[in-house]
Amino acid sequence: MNKKKKIVHPYIPNSVPEIKQQMLKEIGVSDIDTLYEDIPEELRFKGEMNLPDPLVSEYALERHVDQILAKNQTCQENLSFLGGDCWQHYVPAICDEINQRSEFLTAYAGEPYEDHGRFQTLFEYASMMGELLDMDVVNVPTYDWGQAASTSIRMAARITRRTEVLVAESISPDRLLIIRNYCKPTIKIELVKYDKKTGKLDIDDLKAKISSNTAGIYFENPSYHGCIEDQGKIISDIAHKHSALSLVGIDPISLGILIPPSNYGADIVCGDIQGLGMHMQYGGSLAGFIATRDEERFVMEYPSRLFGITTTAVEGEYGFGDVTYERTSFHDRIEGKEFIGTASALWGITAGVYLALVGPQGMQELGQLIVQKSQYAIKKLSEIEGVNIPFYASSHFKEFVVDFSTSSKTVKEVNKTLLKEGIFGGKDISKEFPELGNCAVYCVTEIHTKEDIDRLVQAVDECLKREESK
Amino acid sequence: MFKKGGIKMSRKSKVRNFHQAKWDEPVIFELSNKGERGILFPEIEKEIETVVGDGISNLPKNMVREQPPNLPEISQMQVLKHYLRLSQQTLGADLNVDIGQGTCTMKYSPKINEKLATSPKFTELHPSQDETTVQGILEIIYKLDLFLREISGLDKFTFQPGGGSQAIFAIASIIQAHHDATGESEKRDEIITTMFSHPSDAAAPIVKGYKIVNIYPNEDGLPAVEALEKAVSSHTAGLLITNPEDTGIFNPKIREFTRIVHEVGGVCGYDQANANGVLGITRAKEAGFDLCFFNLHKTFSSPHGCGGPAAGALGVTEEFIKYLPTPLVEFDESKYFFNFDVPKSIGKVRAFYGVVPAILKAYSWIMSLGSKGLREVSEVAVLNNNYLLKKVLELRGTSAPYAEGRHRIEQVRYSWNELYKETGVTTEDITCRMVDFGFHMWSSHHPFIVAQPFTLEPTESYSKAEIDEYIAGLKKVVEEAYENPELVKTAPHRSVVHKIDIDSLDDPARWAITWRAYLKKSKK
Repeated sequence: MNKKKKIVHPYIPNSVPEIKQQMLKEIGVSDIDTLYEDIPEELRFKGEMNLPDPLVSEYALERHVDQILAKNQTCQENLSFLGGDCWQHYVPAICDEINQRSEFLTAYAGEPYEDHGRFQTLFEYASMMGELLDMDVVNVPTYDWGQAASTSIRMAARITRRTEVLVAESISPDRLLIIRNYCKPTIKIELVKYDKKTGKLDIDDLKAKISSNTAGIYFENPSYHGCIEDQGKIISDIAHKHSALSLVGIDPISLGILIPPSNYGADIVCGDIQGLGMHMQYGGSLAGFIATRDEERFVMEYPSRLFGITTTAVEGEYGFGDVTYERTSFHDRIEGKEFIGTASALWGITAGVYLALVGPQGMQELGQLIVQKSQYAIKKLSEIEGVNIPFYASSHFKEFVVDFSTSSKTVKEVNKTLLKEGIFGGKDISKEFPELGNCAVYCVTEIHTKEDIDRLVQAVDECLKREESK
Repeated sequence: MFKKGGIKMSRKSKVRNFHQAKWDEPVIFELSNKGERGILFPEIEKEIETVVGDGISNLPKNMVREQPPNLPEISQMQVLKHYLRLSQQTLGADLNVDIGQGTCTMKYSPKINEKLATSPKFTELHPSQDETTVQGILEIIYKLDLFLREISGLDKFTFQPGGGSQAIFAIASIIQAHHDATGESEKRDEIITTMFSHPSDAAAPIVKGYKIVNIYPNEDGLPAVEALEKAVSSHTAGLLITNPEDTGIFNPKIREFTRIVHEVGGVCGYDQANANGVLGITRAKEAGFDLCFFNLHKTFSSPHGCGGPAAGALGVTEEFIKYLPTPLVEFDESKYFFNFDVPKSIGKVRAFYGVVPAILKAYSWIMSLGSKGLREVSEVAVLNNNYLLKKVLELRGTSAPYAEGRHRIEQVRYSWNELYKETGVTTEDITCRMVDFGFHMWSSHHPFIVAQPFTLEPTESYSKAEIDEYIAGLKKVVEEAYENPELVKTAPHRSVVHKIDIDSLDDPARWAITWRAYLKKSKK
């Protein structure tokens, strides 16, 4: 009955047979296949792609995808203490409102006129990040922190004309993988140890490894283990003494209460803006930033788009446009700096909205709230028998390592028990940092209440006690 | 009663009497009023404070920020208003007939997919959650892999690259890993590409230490087989090529290209960022490629987001699976899981598993179309393009260099050179004037092999009436260029702002990439 019915798909207006015919006639061909005349027979795909039958009604499609997504258990339905490169912070409603606006969502690479708003919002994003970082140049966001760190390292190599970079071993292991691949084979990466007691950089090891070949030292603050690095000035001074650059990766949400790396000598600062107004989206909402001082030798090494403010033909009117576009590979595919392509601009716009909403006092309050809650969690967890907090003597921002080694339960076992209670325990790092033992990285942010933390503490305590009574 | 003819009916000529929103909106710092707040956070619980105090006293003194960052202080509605105004000063594909951004496939991004991708059942997932809690999203990732295997003919996909350029970089990394494995990577230090392939096809391999051999187009617009034969040698690591290239001309000898490169031991990577004209028509496999990638934000409808988030779906043949970035998403007939056991993996190119919202949207888009629907997408995209080609060539001063009289696939790189010679009006001028009629036409077509280039790509999304409207816009501007070139050269006249001063953007003493730099340099 219905089986041969020809569908005019709602996404394809010119599927209407009469319109198709009219257009073919206008072109002067009898069928669409003629338009493919340049594709030889042997390259033609003869079969039919083995894809599921389409769900052409929007209702059926929504129901289908919703049913699949229903199999997920989210951090909203459970209590999550996962961090480590992707964080659960509160997302203000206006952030969602703005990044769902059709105008921003579906624009791409318009000119400074019809896309004036896109240029201005990204300029404002960079400007507010500049205030947070106390730096004058910030790029249009790149893919993620890993890319931002990799590019920071390559920028340092070009600026210093050197090919070795020191990287703090306390870096995120995934980020290190990204950096290693991005630098291979032209830049040598050497790791600098961290102090096993404090989690901070081992200054003696840095001194032993830095040389006149070193382009820069890259460290993170807080480290992947959550430790606040308070030797930034010492590290930067050592780097500068060897005419190397100080490169620092940071979590920008910490900068309401922590000083920005530029204040302790950093030359290039990078990190991820996901925490500034983006839902986690299973790690899909990361976006990297790079910031430097406004010096030509730095600016000219960015591969990224840089949007600047300028004047127009009409007095008093602000215009915006690309700063030194000729640096980019869009302009020169051979001589351009690294490469540039579509990355994560919408998250830059969103982070701008976030910073505008939160403001100076809000960033300060937020930072304080996070350290208070994480300190509380550390204190309470450390009181559990069988739990130790490595680097206890150091200060933490929102993440910290929890060691279950003395409990004779593995992180995996603890997390399995917690999961049954509706709690996502910290990220297992026992394979990535075996020297630390049986450890997990826990993350506490402003979204956690005292009750949430107490619930975690109680669940961990019970889990470990159960082991003891076995 | 509304009197017909009482007002100017520009719809008659199908060009709108347009004016873009112009709010004269200040830079956000100028909206700041001391003490205003846009959002508040919860108060700290007294019990926590009792235990840890103010928290700050426990931090190293030298690390505590004494002065808060100099961010603007603005109430909530005023922040909203500012950004809404700026959004109105941005012309997204949902608003205009966005066929002037050729190569980028500015198709419709269905709203249902946005709705699905903003579901908390997806947005509130942390990437390090236990596998048992993320079976839904892993199923979608895995099934999109299966779909793209069908579409390309290749054997496994990763979605880790956060865009097309990062996918190209990953391909260059895999090519290098392959030659590392055979002990030839030092000798094989050249990547071959063509001038009409995306700039990143050259730029990204350079980051991996490769030298680039660029093949220029022949008179027919295609890279010649002979040129490739000359380019290959024992130094060849691989080939990275777009097809169809930016000209929209399909390279019928593409299989010969892959054969020639394979014969010297090279690896072939297919840049299918824009595959919008060839879905179900021709595939990477039949053309002999080892690797390929699709941009989910182009062909597969995920929105462009002002320049991302994006996703480069990277596919490989069986032989190259062992080099893919980790982890891979697999299925054992009962559950989906991560496979970290990829023996010669290049490591990672992006954190976690890529831009998952784009994966979800692409999955949903394919599910709404199916095999026949995807083919229809391509056929109509090609129909629209050839219709547009016919109409554009009827305009005075235009040309479509190369392959004269032939049909094109999904886009065409045109030239205004004749119009420029006759009127002095450039592509950039026309770009600016098109804005006055509510259209976008972009100016980037590097490298400038085609003089005064413009590239149009109508995709499958625009109706005939919309394509006609765009052509009417072009026609109007062409007429103006011949009759009153000054009008075009001083455009835009009905956009948000007027011609910007670009010189200061290249001058270190005057460029200002942040507001604070602007204040310093303008000594405000």
